[in-house]
Amino acid sequence: MAVQAIETTFGEAPPPRRQRLLEDERWLAFMLLVPTMVLLGMFIAYPFARGILLSVTNSRVGVPGQFVGLANYYKIWNDTIFRTAVYNTFLYTAVTTVFKLGLGLWLAMLLNRDFRGKAFTRAFILLPFIIPTVLSTFAWKWMFDPTFSVLNWVLYHLGLITGRINWLGDPDLAMISIIVVNIWRGVPFFAISLLAGLQTISPELNEAAAIDGAKPWQRFWHVTWPLLLPVTMVVVLFSVIQTFADFQIVYVMTGGGPANATHLFATYAYQIGVGTGLLSEGAAISLAMFPILFLVVIIQLLYIRRVEVR
Amino acid sequence: MARVTRRKFLRVSSAGALAAKSGGIAGILATGQAPAHAQTATVHWLKWVDFVPASDQLLKRDMVPEAEKALGIKINLETINANDLQPRITAAIQSGSGADLIMAFNNWPYLYADSIVEMTEQAESVSANEGGLYKYARSLCSDGTRFMSMPWAVIGGMIAYRKSWFDEIGVTTFPETWETYREVGKKLKAKGRPIGQTLGHTFGDAPGFTYPYLWSWGGKEVEADGKTVAINSKETLQSVKFMTAFWKEAHDEGGLAWDDTNNNRAFLSQTISATLNGASIYIESQRNPDKYVTEKGTQMKTDIQHAPLPKGPAGQFGFHLLQSHMLMKYSKNQEAAKKLVAWLQTTSNYEKWFLSQKGFATPCTANWEKHKLWDEDPVMAPYKVAARLGQAPGFAGPPNAKAAEAWTKYIITDMYAKAVQGMPAEEAVKWTEDELKKVYV
Repeated sequence: MAVQAIETTFGEAPPPRRQRLLEDERWLAFMLLVPTMVLLGMFIAYPFARGILLSVTNSRVGVPGQFVGLANYYKIWNDTIFRTAVYNTFLYTAVTTVFKLGLGLWLAMLLNRDFRGKAFTRAFILLPFIIPTVLSTFAWKWMFDPTFSVLNWVLYHLGLITGRINWLGDPDLAMISIIVVNIWRGVPFFAISLLAGLQTISPELNEAAAIDGAKPWQRFWHVTWPLLLPVTMVVVLFSVIQTFADFQIVYVMTGGGPANATHLFATYAYQIGVGTGLLSEGAAISLAMFPILFLVVIIQLLYIRRVEVR
Repeated sequence: MARVTRRKFLRVSSAGALAAKSGGIAGILATGQAPAHAQTATVHWLKWVDFVPASDQLLKRDMVPEAEKALGIKINLETINANDLQPRITAAIQSGSGADLIMAFNNWPYLYADSIVEMTEQAESVSANEGGLYKYARSLCSDGTRFMSMPWAVIGGMIAYRKSWFDEIGVTTFPETWETYREVGKKLKAKGRPIGQTLGHTFGDAPGFTYPYLWSWGGKEVEADGKTVAINSKETLQSVKFMTAFWKEAHDEGGLAWDDTNNNRAFLSQTISATLNGASIYIESQRNPDKYVTEKGTQMKTDIQHAPLPKGPAGQFGFHLLQSHMLMKYSKNQEAAKKLVAWLQTTSNYEKWFLSQKGFATPCTANWEKHKLWDEDPVMAPYKVAARLGQAPGFAGPPNAKAAEAWTKYIITDMYAKAVQGMPAEEAVKWTEDELKKVYV
């Protein structure tokens, strides 16, 4: 009787259309993706498309402008400050990534060991990454201050220097200073991400290698590093993208100076687009980094795939 | 509990006191207009954080409430770091929403000319009442056909120097020429008391020094036509060569990385002997007389003097920070904002603010030169004529949008910065010429 009643109910009232659609995995997947797509569309795709449109006009703040084709790109190509910014961005990204990876890996290996206060140390290591960048960069700015540098004070009292080091006033030292701050800020991200990767590697593998007579360096190179490589590549990819488009550290520490010596893509685009009001030129400068970043991302993703397949 | 229907609610509300006037919500809906109490205009006024904190306190605590009462409007006064003004202006114009009244520096109004409301009537009214607007203010706020912004004040740039340190090397009056100043600076630096000057990307002190310095040697960005770039001249070259040596011999070389506040800190902590600045160093030393003391233990405020930049072969010049207020075209409260501007610049109201500045800001009209404030403190006297003697960037052409572009790209400042960093003077001038030609196309 009961069975019959249920059958009758099923036969008489099929589930509503909406419910049926959600039972379909393709529809459900689409519905779940919609919020992300809307957000990406609003905050990534729209500004990106708008940026491209701006860059092919002669638009200024408050003036829509007219279509000028690639004139802005031609203009920046012949701009010496833009070329300096391109060189700086590559140098800044390359040097900081190498150091962040090296130091981050070293720190991750240390943190992966057992010692007293491990949890506290791990939390402490994250501090540079947690503190708002602008705030910590201001602290660094004071440390590199041309007049009141605490670094100079320490070096002077240790008898290592006799006069002041002009950290932010000398073009090369200013570049080194911003690189140091970026490394300081980025190492925790590398360390914690690589530590997570290290913890997924079974200790048995290392133990087995040790029993077979492998030395610590051999164990790292032939066991740990190959297994850590996929995680490392993803971390490097994120870091390269973020560093390439970095703004805050340079803007706060040097403002692109002295005499444009430390401009990166983002700070120069900001100076031209916002400071001078040449929105279209600023957009062109900013978009000039897109093909380069795109290429970097493609190469790294292909490499990650190859490593994973292997 | 009795059920309240929409009809009942409308009936009851229309019987109320407010309803007696407006016919209740039904009446409001019928007229399609908000009730008067909801219509009070709110003027959003955005300005810099003043280097004289007492002035912002005065505005917030006394003047804004007074203006609200007198004008029947609401005023939302927001103060932000001077460096953040331009990003806010850009965002506001592009999005068509933001503050109604925004403070502008120097020739910014030319950059935003298409997005701001004409203020000619207000500016001419103040000019007529107060002995005439200075040419400097007119040139920066008006393109000759209309006032794009309302002149507010000029933050004079003078050299603040330590009287006793100059006396110690036998210099009892401030040097009148660059040559003398260089000789004096050399002696001071030898005693560990260099001149402090920023050549960084700053809106105030760096261009406030480099532009007048260039003009005083006879250099200029463009010819009077405002188009022909004229920077590559023997006068400019001479100024760059002189600056290179002057920098090494007499200046604190950290100045290349300074912003507009570093020289204040350096001066007050006694690491430099002289610096181009608004009067904020002196005012700060007066505000905290026991905090800032000399190496002899005396109050530093008694040891500070002010002097204009020295003369060069072509004369003596000044480029001071002119502040004005732009009324934004997108504003829905333009009439209320105009009323506020008129109220603020009524002589009796403006005087309260002027007094709180203690000479840090010089008004843009001539009558204020006669104000008794200038007689109270002789140290501040040089600032009295800042607005009268200022010259605008873009010289010998007009201070138009092109000149504003060159200024906001720091091209003139970078010419000197590059040279003192080691670039040959000829190359630095050539680089500047190329950059200016891209601007003045």
